[in-house]
Amino acid sequence: MADLRNTFVGIKSPNPFWLASAPPTDKAYNVERAFKAGWGGVVWKTLGEEGPPVVNVNGPRYGAIWGADRRLLGLNNIELITDRDLYTNLREMKQVKMNWPDRALIASIMVPCEEESWKAILPLVEETGADGIELNFGCPHGMSERGMGAAVGQVPEYIEMVVRWCKQYTRMPVITKLTPNITDIRKPARAAKAGGTDAVSLINTINSIVSVDLDNFAPNPTVGGKGTHGGYCGPAVKPIALNMVAEIARDPETYGLPISGIGGITTWHDAAEFLALGAGNVQVCTAAMTYGFKIVQEMITGLSSWMDAKGHRSLDDIIARAVPNVTDWQYLNLNYIAKARIDQDACIKCGRCHIACEDTSHQAITQFVDGIRHFEVMEDECVGCNLCVNVCPVENCITMVGLEPGVLDQRTGKPVDPNYANWTTHPNNPMAKQAAE
Amino acid sequence: MGTTQSGIHRGRLAPTEYETNFSDLHPRLDDHEALVAADRCYFCHDAPCMTACPTSIDIPLFIRQISTGNPIGSAKTIFDQNILGGMCARVCPTETLCEQACVRNTAEHRPVEIGRLQRYATDVAMTENKHFYERAARTGKAVAVVGAGPAGLACAHRLAMNGHDVVIFEAREKAGGLNEYGIATYKAVDDFAQAEVDYVLSIGGIEVKNGLKLGRDFTLADLTANFDAVFLGMGLAGVNALGAEGENLPGVVDAVDFIAELRQATDKATIPVGRRVVVIGGGMTAIDAAVQAKLLGAEEVTICYRRGKEHMNASEFEQDLATSKGVMIRHWLQPKRVIARDGHVAGIEVEYTEMRDGKLTGTGETGVLAADQIFKAIGQTFEAGGLGSLAMAGNRIAIDAEGRTSIANVWAGGDCVKAGEDLTVTSVAQGRDAADSINRMLAAGAQPAVAVA
Repeated sequence: MADLRNTFVGIKSPNPFWLASAPPTDKAYNVERAFKAGWGGVVWKTLGEEGPPVVNVNGPRYGAIWGADRRLLGLNNIELITDRDLYTNLREMKQVKMNWPDRALIASIMVPCEEESWKAILPLVEETGADGIELNFGCPHGMSERGMGAAVGQVPEYIEMVVRWCKQYTRMPVITKLTPNITDIRKPARAAKAGGTDAVSLINTINSIVSVDLDNFAPNPTVGGKGTHGGYCGPAVKPIALNMVAEIARDPETYGLPISGIGGITTWHDAAEFLALGAGNVQVCTAAMTYGFKIVQEMITGLSSWMDAKGHRSLDDIIARAVPNVTDWQYLNLNYIAKARIDQDACIKCGRCHIACEDTSHQAITQFVDGIRHFEVMEDECVGCNLCVNVCPVENCITMVGLEPGVLDQRTGKPVDPNYANWTTHPNNPMAKQAAE
Repeated sequence: MGTTQSGIHRGRLAPTEYETNFSDLHPRLDDHEALVAADRCYFCHDAPCMTACPTSIDIPLFIRQISTGNPIGSAKTIFDQNILGGMCARVCPTETLCEQACVRNTAEHRPVEIGRLQRYATDVAMTENKHFYERAARTGKAVAVVGAGPAGLACAHRLAMNGHDVVIFEAREKAGGLNEYGIATYKAVDDFAQAEVDYVLSIGGIEVKNGLKLGRDFTLADLTANFDAVFLGMGLAGVNALGAEGENLPGVVDAVDFIAELRQATDKATIPVGRRVVVIGGGMTAIDAAVQAKLLGAEEVTICYRRGKEHMNASEFEQDLATSKGVMIRHWLQPKRVIARDGHVAGIEVEYTEMRDGKLTGTGETGVLAADQIFKAIGQTFEAGGLGSLAMAGNRIAIDAEGRTSIANVWAGGDCVKAGEDLTVTSVAQGRDAADSINRMLAAGAQPAVAVA
């Protein structure tokens, strides 16, 4: 059996699946249920400073987009940080940590961008026995209007400053949670590292309007006739999160900085992809909010089965394994040539590959052969774009097959060149680097 | 309650049982069910289902419209091709048409429920009384349509759309043809056939004259003399005889009459049925009669068909429906003689058959099935008078690809023509296409003789 035990910035948990700071981790009742279901850790819903807590709207807080059969693909929320009293939260955290010493318990914190505020709250959190803190520099709605959350996360100098305060006033490991609502994710990550952070976690939610109520002409969720932008999460954001995780993982300036991967993780497969791109563990929210805490059992067994099947014994065998294979476009091998192949036994003759190729790509798939409905790739037209694979409703019916070196590419009439050659040296590139004479 | 007496009796069941037995076979999908079913459609390119539909409804488009919350638009997509799309959704043998062609059969042996989705969309539009078509400016041309069945109604509607005045001559009391008189009750509940007739006629410009029969009350020559064009869509009025001794005994009934009587009865308990019933035939009519006899409380219902299961005209779905209702289907048996006792049917002697040298032959081995009532369902025949010199082909009216008959300005379609497949949907397609052909002819005639100076 694969060993799923996880150590992240010194924090141990029985598996790499943590619940992200969000509604599922707002109080002891939920967190106890999560631990019973098998979650390795939780990041407690974000604490604010002492005093009257924030208030939430009393109308709808969530909006969503759905795929076929109303499967939830993307969720958007306008909820704020915890609206419970700070001391209630701290008391419950302490009790839960005592009840579940083998699980990770992290406190998410968001207080004003002032040294005194951070200095005041950190000892209170430390006293609960929490394993670490996560700095919420991510929330894109509500709190950011008050100079917190994403308003901090979008200014690298602020990130560095706050991280430095935290490292100064607590012995707990500091995880800096980053907002994706920024042009270049490497900048805030570098700032966090400069401030001395132990790790970064990403992504927080993406600024969004999830849909528009066409009867009332207002954004959803609509509160008394008005709506606002909220934080977008769920399966739909996973590709954005994967890219940002990879960007930090392969940036020479932040290389090796521990990353807690977040963003649309719904299955073991999603989690494994984050780990492969450099995440040291993962955090989950929307999947639990959609299906309940039990999904972690699928994640644990799925990850374990896959690792067993592939001979990976521990998480260290897979973490960051894909990072060396993430590169810039300019370094892709332009001499690699692939063609689509349609498995005629698997084909159900829906014709979607044909119409996608015919209308929008390279006119490389037949509709009729000898008057019979038959979909076949014309290799002399196929550029290997993969669109047909993506629109085909049948798994593994269409595959991309790489041509062996020396084989004739019927489209260009030339044999496949065995040598690696990329854009940096391509004759069409005016900036091409010439080899030394 | 009810009775198990031998002989032919009404009221075999308790009143509530009739209601249950004759309720909607496949109730309309609700909104959620429709969305789930619509999600399964792949929106195929040049979709095989569409090719398989005799009226060429754009099925992927209408299903996509349902899935995007646009059932009204979906209904229009259907009605554009088939104004009787509501009834076709109920009675089409979809398992041998669109649903057989569905690529989901290849993928997972379960097609998209096209028929039920079509019913959903058309029901929504008809319930909301949405009408999509208006008459074009009146052309002053008049067209006579004989028969207010699926072919005649489809033809009349398309002609009215083009601004022509239409008079439908219908022999029976009500319009609708087989939709009204020939379809099992549980397939078109709540008087749907009449609601659909009203929906079709609401376009205006169509007058229906009931109780007027071709050959009895008027001739084809009368029509050609008084109208610019004529469409014949009177279906099949005759019924094949068994050719067996005793077939005129009381208790031997034409299945089509039984089905019609049952459809017209507001209280199904008034329809008598035998304790033991034998149905002779292998088509949809045989199934409809057998199933409904069972639903009326017959203890034993047996269908006897003279060939094998694979030769039956009734679809696989219909056969399964019958057996699920407790009907026994027996093959390779042909009727020899109706057996009487006290002047009433007591049974039927049947002979085993086999294929010998490619020919159906009796083996000589016979047996007797006890029966109080025997339904004849061995096919209908073309029977009409007043047609003059109209050319026939294979005992039905001969037509060309556009539906034109041998007589100028006379078109024909539906079950009365040779090319028919005896399906509602085929009749609709033929009526519609004949209307287009008629319209082209009338439009050509309306143009000035010299188009350019």
